Amino acid sequence: MIARRDFLQAGVAASALFGAGRIPALAQSQSMTENALLDMAPVGNVTLVHVTDIHAQLRPVWFREPSINLGVGEAKGKPPHVTGADFLKMFGLKPGSPEAYALTSEDFVALAREYGRMGGMDRVATVVKRFRADRPEALLLDGGDTWQGSMTALRTQGQDMVNAMNLLGPDAMTSHWEFTLGIDRVNEIVEELPFPFLGANIFDAEWDEPAYEAYEMYERGGVKIAVIGQAFPYMPIANPGWMFPGLSFGIREERMAEVVQEVRDEGAELVVLLSHNGFDVDRKLASRVEGIDVILCGHTHDALPEPVKVGNTLLVASGSNGKFVSRLDLDVQGGEVKGFGYRLVPVFSDVITPDPEMAALIGAERAPYEAELAEVIGTTDSLLYRRGNFNGTFDDLICQALIEEREADIALSPGFRWGPSLLPGDPITREDIHNATSMTYPNAYRSEMTGQFLHEILEDVADNLFNTDPYYQQGGDMVRVGGMGYAIDVTKPIGERISEMTLLRTGEPIDPAKTYTVAGWASVNEGTEGPPIWDVVESYVKRVGTVALDPNNAVAVRGA
Amino acid sequence: MQLNRRSFGLLAAAAAGATALPRAAFADEALVKEAIMAFTGGVEPTEGGVTLGAPEIAENGNTVPIEVSAGDGTEAIMILAAGNPNPGVATFHFTKLSGEIAATTRIRLAKTQDVIAVARLGDGSFGMTRREVKVTIGGCGG
Repeated sequence: MIARRDFLQAGVAASALFGAGRIPALAQSQSMTENALLDMAPVGNVTLVHVTDIHAQLRPVWFREPSINLGVGEAKGKPPHVTGADFLKMFGLKPGSPEAYALTSEDFVALAREYGRMGGMDRVATVVKRFRADRPEALLLDGGDTWQGSMTALRTQGQDMVNAMNLLGPDAMTSHWEFTLGIDRVNEIVEELPFPFLGANIFDAEWDEPAYEAYEMYERGGVKIAVIGQAFPYMPIANPGWMFPGLSFGIREERMAEVVQEVRDEGAELVVLLSHNGFDVDRKLASRVEGIDVILCGHTHDALPEPVKVGNTLLVASGSNGKFVSRLDLDVQGGEVKGFGYRLVPVFSDVITPDPEMAALIGAERAPYEAELAEVIGTTDSLLYRRGNFNGTFDDLICQALIEEREADIALSPGFRWGPSLLPGDPITREDIHNATSMTYPNAYRSEMTGQFLHEILEDVADNLFNTDPYYQQGGDMVRVGGMGYAIDVTKPIGERISEMTLLRTGEPIDPAKTYTVAGWASVNEGTEGPPIWDVVESYVKRVGTVALDPNNAVAVRGA
Repeated sequence: MQLNRRSFGLLAAAAAGATALPRAAFADEALVKEAIMAFTGGVEPTEGGVTLGAPEIAENGNTVPIEVSAGDGTEAIMILAAGNPNPGVATFHFTKLSGEIAATTRIRLAKTQDVIAVARLGDGSFGMTRREVKVTIGGCGG
């Protein structure tokens, strides 16, 4: 099967997963070079290049990986549910190394100042061009969440990202937030796309018929390759279904098995699933649907330095926000994967040369908005980040703004996983606020909710995250709460996880029968009223001038 | 603004199921068992023999697509919603002239619950499958 030699081709060590530990190449060198990042001895006859969850980040960003990312049930303690020092140990990475900075939250601020911002589509273009120079027949696959996440993507209805991606030239993509542009806009873009928009699990709800192409066949390196797309399964539940009425999604495991059979019958020697399921869903799917050789995972924003093997399926997790590009080389012989080489390339923006053509396109796309984007609204003394299962400091800021600007007792901010970070001392520009809030249903509502209803919300969202069956997980983090503390036992079933809800202002327990004023944003309901959340945050930041957040100890986590 | 019951994406059915109606208004396992025994004539069905297709999480609790199918010779398939006020949903009857032993329908689910399919198979035995369908508030993924 897969030779030890092939594991050793990988960019970083894989000690705990595969027992093949070694010193990472980057940490050995005094200074990083583009060649050290991108040199990879080719393996076999097929190359897959994967980007996913770029969230419209055209330019390099700070992006702090989570310090808490709990797995439950069978996923407990397994990648990607490993963080910080445990992650470094599992993958044999040196604290303080470039990989440690890219892949964990350990010593994030100091390492960020040392190693610089990550990503940028012009750097990503350089990486892709280099891989294509090495392997002209490489397939480039985009896992979706590409057209949403910045002010320019919002204002251009995704057009800036469509233009950038068309220049990058993927061979296929799948989707999630794309649909929040509205079904008409999605179909308008898809009609013009020079590559297929795949989703085996997207159905017409009325007729129960496939609504988009399920797969595309390619012949590369003499190998017949099927790429099957899988869009985010819980689209109409986690995002506003009224924006794409008439579409039904779901995991549709039986459908996936049928499509795999169909492409095998058509002669596919290699079956690749370009997935927006989320990592744990893909891990379960791989254990139950036979015949998938590779799953390129997305949605949950995990970055892993080695593929995870489930049966005969390789799972690749390529991070988010343009921070990483994955390259998977495969030796496919007689319809079987005989060996592979893998590299998760961290896109260090100060090391990788920007591609001039893409840089020019980005400049042109941003030019009409540049003055607006660059306006400094305030400064932060605190590290602002979002990722993590419970509260992130960027959401603490958003919740604080909601409570103060909307005169609420309690604030709720969704557990999105997109949104880059800011370092202490950074100015907060309008662009930065938009990077954490930009979306098509931004209205900041103000509403009355009973204590019991608040409890139901927390229980419901916690079950989306901590249900022990991955097929019931929706892939976001816990809803962020301002003005209220609570305890959560992640090992309990729905209805029993949340306790000790406390109104922080008074220290009193939340009364199930009492009504509280709650402010929040990103409601999935049509007709939600209120100012866009970025205006609420901007008004608050402008008023306080400098943001300084106290450590948030309002959530007590048990059973982790 | 005045938020209705669906504020924060709450499915009205889910809230009603959890709080507003008295517990006794919902089917419990005794009612489910009663319905199964009436269908089988008192025979305990065995696991399997019938396949049940249902979403893991309902996109709309008011209209959840359900598919049932079984092998040749199957005479009838009964569908139950274990958590609805009345668990009975439908019973499909098949004959030798039925081209395929399969049926699809859409059902309303008041809250997260098991959907159950029981089939009277060609050899006179009974098969059963259950699947949990979650009815959720939603709105916080991504």
